[in-house]
Amino acid sequence: MNLKDNINPKISLIIGISFAVFIDLVLSKLMASWSYSWLPVQASKAAPYVDNLFAFETGIGTFIFLGCSGVIGWVLLFNRAPKYDESYGEPFEGNVKLEIVWTLVPLFLVIAIAIYSTKVNTTLQNLGEKTKYDSQKELPTYLDNNEASAGTFIDVISRQWSWEFKYPEGFSSSELHLPINEKVYFRLISKDVIHGFYIPAFRLKQDIIPGSIISYSLTPTRKGIYRLRDSMFSGAYFSQNQTNVIVESKDAYQEWINKTVKKVPVDGLNQAGFLYKKRLEKGDKGWATISPSPSPQVNDPGNPDSAHEG
Amino acid sequence: MTITNYDERIIKVNQPVPGAPNNWRRFFGFNTDAKVIGIQYIVTALIFLLLGGLLGMLIRGELITPPSDLFDPTVYNGLYTMHGTVMLFLFLFPILSGLTNLLVPPMIGAPDMAFPKLNALAFWLVPVFSIVLLTSFFVPGGPASSGWWSYPPVSIQNPLGHFLNGQMLWIVAIGLSGVSSIMGAINFVTTIITMRAPGMGFFKMPIFIWTVLAAQILQLLGLPALTGGAIMLFFDLNFGTSFFNPETGGDPVLFQHFFWFYSHPAVYVMVLPVFGIFSELFPTYSRKPLFGYKFVAVASFGITILSLVVWVHHMFYTGTPMWMRNLFMFTTMLIAVPTGVKVFAWIATLWGGNLRLNTPMLFCLGGLFNFIFGGITGVMLATVPIDIHVGNTYFVVAHFHYIIFNTIAFGIFAGIYHWFPKFTGRMFYEGLGKVHFTLTFIGATLNWLPLHWAGLLGMPRRVASYDPEFAIWNVIASIGAFMLGVASIPFILNMVSSWSRGKKSPPNPWDAIGLEWLLPSPPPHENFEDDIPTVLNEPYNYGLNKPFVVDEEFYISKALNDS
Ligand code: HEM
Ligand SMILES: [Cu+2]
Ligand SMILES: [Cu+2]
Repeated sequence: MNLKDNINPKISLIIGISFAVFIDLVLSKLMASWSYSWLPVQASKAAPYVDNLFAFETGIGTFIFLGCSGVIGWVLLFNRAPKYDESYGEPFEGNVKLEIVWTLVPLFLVIAIAIYSTKVNTTLQNLGEKTKYDSQKELPTYLDNNEASAGTFIDVISRQWSWEFKYPEGFSSSELHLPINEKVYFRLISKDVIHGFYIPAFRLKQDIIPGSIISYSLTPTRKGIYRLRDSMFSGAYFSQNQTNVIVESKDAYQEWINKTVKKVPVDGLNQAGFLYKKRLEKGDKGWATISPSPSPQVNDPGNPDSAHEG
Repeated sequence: MTITNYDERIIKVNQPVPGAPNNWRRFFGFNTDAKVIGIQYIVTALIFLLLGGLLGMLIRGELITPPSDLFDPTVYNGLYTMHGTVMLFLFLFPILSGLTNLLVPPMIGAPDMAFPKLNALAFWLVPVFSIVLLTSFFVPGGPASSGWWSYPPVSIQNPLGHFLNGQMLWIVAIGLSGVSSIMGAINFVTTIITMRAPGMGFFKMPIFIWTVLAAQILQLLGLPALTGGAIMLFFDLNFGTSFFNPETGGDPVLFQHFFWFYSHPAVYVMVLPVFGIFSELFPTYSRKPLFGYKFVAVASFGITILSLVVWVHHMFYTGTPMWMRNLFMFTTMLIAVPTGVKVFAWIATLWGGNLRLNTPMLFCLGGLFNFIFGGITGVMLATVPIDIHVGNTYFVVAHFHYIIFNTIAFGIFAGIYHWFPKFTGRMFYEGLGKVHFTLTFIGATLNWLPLHWAGLLGMPRRVASYDPEFAIWNVIASIGAFMLGVASIPFILNMVSSWSRGKKSPPNPWDAIGLEWLLPSPPPHENFEDDIPTVLNEPYNYGLNKPFVVDEEFYISKALNDS
């Protein structure tokens, strides 16, 4: 007598499924826009591309996850066997059409994701190219030296466990100062083990391989103070191997250079050395470690306590 | 009856495995019975799960606050290295070998493994390499502390310069574990290929057997690479050779290729049998045939083949050339296709079923739910630009714990509960099982879900201290970890008390289809002995009235009489 009996069950199934798919789509879209807030501020040219790709995959992922767990939730609610009921469910063994659908749909989906990601890869490569050189041979010059005459060139030297940045003006710093909106060129050098050059706000990470020199480039796009973290485990004081990246206006950057160039070199930031000294004072307890390399001599040791944004 | 050369008077009423006296000593000796070996593996592995869990809780204790205040950072590094190593090589691999030993012979109707002595030898290597590994806690300088990857040059720095050092013992232990795995793999593959019951063609094998075959073939193909890498690392560490040492012209990145060529497939060696467990349990507890049996079976080999060509996704940020990164991104994403075939098949199996939500089914459902999540973050990690940002951060840690604990360990728990009555002859306590599941599910979610956000925000993995903005995620994670510690209590209580005084189990308490369920609980020493059934149909014909073997009634009543 009720309304349900009058509606063709097939139609109500189609309506039900379309409704569920619609809700799933809306939620996935919401999740995708929300995903931007899970990431640090965007402070490089590369960052928006990475974040868009991440939002895209968050959307697709949410759709699949909610779709699957929605079905699981449904059977948990409506297909539970009453106690002591051991009867069988509907005995269908399979369906070749369905199998083909759920092979081909994911296949097309991953092809689409792969094509999109390959494009982003190429974009990122053009934004900040990198090349690996054998350091036994000659030191590489910075990337496209000739065309980038206006750029900034910095040597990044990583050690167990400190960072040193050497500027072309002939001084060093423990913090990485960069001018905004200008392409910067690096030579990434490790004096001992593998380190990772990772600046989350830039969405960029590159392992620094001892025995190789990697030329690398990037463009910061937002003023502020960000963290540079060693991302490849490098031994005892690995977690201390962090410093700040300071992105500032062209003028402020120039002013900093003029000021720093005149300073006398002092011990650079070396949190590991500090902790290791404390450990020795307390009787050298703990498991074995090599001793930290001596503090690099830098003209600006920086201020590790200044607040960072990402 | 086979071997009966024991004193009949020491037989007690409740034998854990009939055909042998209730003599606990045989679990401590060189026994060649696959069922004894299976239990030896499982119990040993569970003890190491407790040890690994303890190490994990120490790690989470350190990380509950930002500074490195509980341990010296050197100690933290040793603890997390040993946590990972214990969990993978002393818990996961052995427990899966244990389940495989217990299940393969009865499931295919074989009396035992093809090479019983080799089998026992493979097991007895586990305590040997475990002792080698754990000894390293007590050598001068402490245990290995360069992570379970042991990447050079960090791993060959050898601060004290002694020949006997933690890293060296670590390499020896991993090498022996590889030898044990090779022995196991030869045995499992031979047994499955040559010792199946009459009528059991490849497309009548249970999916668990398919997945074991796929996984063990991977072991045979991959382990030589790891062993080669480990030997070279050993020489660099102790004899100053320069395979990987950049100071003398070696290439540290070469080691990463050796390591991941094996260690990526290794994760599939672990997950494939769990896919097998899911495929056994979902039909049983949904009272329905497995949806698309043949597709699920063949997908296992799709995964095997693909997983051999994806290892570079662990090295996207090491300076790998662009074409290589694009290629390996694509192959990695392709794995989602055969994996999806399985996931959709399980969900379709549940659909329209008559679900029995007991402990094994709950662990399966929880595991499937978590696996879908972990698979999605896996595709994200395969995407080069995203991995450049989140690689080597807590996002990766969260991803693989979603797979390794929240899926694999869940599947293993499901398997242990499901087959517990079969191999002990006792039922477990359902109430305690549900408490175990609930605590585990909540603890695991609290532990690893929040860490995805820590990683997205840029918290590197393997740190002993971190910037205060990551504190909130870490506090939640630590609470989850301690909850998982608590969850082990109902589990241990359940196993010990059920085995010693649980209700007796009938041969087929779950009304399941499969050769093992046609045997008494526990099965006799040589399973079907001379009466091996002839298989007629595919397994999982729930509700279809197609008998699995010829003369099913005969085996059912025989099992009842023998129990
Ligand atoms: C569709 C499925 C999957 C995809 C696409 C995928 C992809 C990835 C990728 C790209 C990484 C490397 C991330 C990095 O280091 O930066 C990774 C890490 C990892 N995955 Fe998966 N994964 C999948 C499923 C699995 C499965 C089934 C397992 C285990 C059985 C697993 C276990 C791991 C482990 C252990 C690591 C980390 C190893 C380490 O860094 O210590 N993943 N996964
Ligand atoms: Cu862990
Ligand atoms: Cu992998």
